[in-house]
Amino acid sequence: MEKDFRASPVHLRPSANVASPTAGTTRSISIVIPVTASTWLVVPLYNEAKVVREVIQHARTVFPNIVCVDDGSSDDSVAEALAGGAIVVQHPFNLGQGAALRTGLDYALSDKSAKYFVTFDSDGQHRVEDALAMIDRLATGTVDVVVGSRFLDQRTQPGALKKLVLKTAVMFERLSTGVKLTDAHNGLRAFNRTAATKIRIDQNRMAHASEIVAEIRRNDLRYTEMPVHVVYTDYSKSKGQSIWNSVNIISDLYFK
Amino acid sequence: MDNQLVIKIILISLFVVFGVALVLPVSGARRLAIRRLLLLLVALAGILAIAFPELLNVVANLVGVGRGTDLVLYVLVVVFIGNSISNSIRHRHLEREVTKLARNVALSSAPPHVERSSEQSQDGSATETTSP
Repeated sequence: MEKDFRASPVHLRPSANVASPTAGTTRSISIVIPVTASTWLVVPLYNEAKVVREVIQHARTVFPNIVCVDDGSSDDSVAEALAGGAIVVQHPFNLGQGAALRTGLDYALSDKSAKYFVTFDSDGQHRVEDALAMIDRLATGTVDVVVGSRFLDQRTQPGALKKLVLKTAVMFERLSTGVKLTDAHNGLRAFNRTAATKIRIDQNRMAHASEIVAEIRRNDLRYTEMPVHVVYTDYSKSKGQSIWNSVNIISDLYFK
Repeated sequence: MDNQLVIKIILISLFVVFGVALVLPVSGARRLAIRRLLLLLVALAGILAIAFPELLNVVANLVGVGRGTDLVLYVLVVVFIGNSISNSIRHRHLEREVTKLARNVALSSAPPHVERSSEQSQDGSATETTSP
């Protein structure tokens, strides 16, 4: 897979007053600063030993900085993620995907040169190309948050029941948060530093997705949606979010 | 039906208060104080009811309930639900504290990321980042 750098070439000219062997001649240096170099991928990890190494290796062909937050996995996930080349931060026990995201973002934010942050799943459902497109969008500086959506185009085809549940969730979220999104719970999101710092994630478990949307509104962050293709492999389908979780999500959000 | 109006109003109001308490975030100190005052009240009421059993029947008839024991049952249900809600709220707060602690532990033992300099090498090639 060839490297794909989004580059902004910078030309430098040494001052003519500087005494140097080449004084009097003009020499320009082109420096390529890829936007992916200041991006961190935040990958929450829970028992995905089968696929995580490959997912990380593939992502690293484009994104050099990847932090995996292991949420108390009981299998070889940590070793596999390390083998894939990710940095691994480990929760002492299972807290939930929301907590893992916040931990990962905190870790990435401690890198002062980091500008962009992408939440990315460890099970292979998200595509690196989609993440890259979202970072490009963020780099224009017109938005703080880019949220992926499965429903902006016809590429992704979730099952009929899942589609119905998701659409209901979208309607519910629009009413309660006022944020207009077409896909309620898409795990592929990109933040700039402002958004990553301001967004609170107090919901440790599955309700974090709705909380992030509400936080976008609360902090008046500029947001946009971009089409993404979620790959439903047999592996990932067997682990999908069950409908029962909707009950838990709603009760998590409303009972303080 | 009319003679039961008083008890109905009381019970419904209490449940409305519970519903509100669930949703409204209240500061820890105030919530704790309220909880303690209510416990005190329940203790006092219990003492009175044991010392003067007829009092129960009087109060019950006042609010439209037939027997003193029925009133005790209603009060028990209310106290039980209030206690459960209060516990659930405290549990959520504890969960938040535990999360912060676990996160602190995770980040404290996390590997430091490589400090990348913002300067690139002079020959124009971009420096590769190496992971630790």
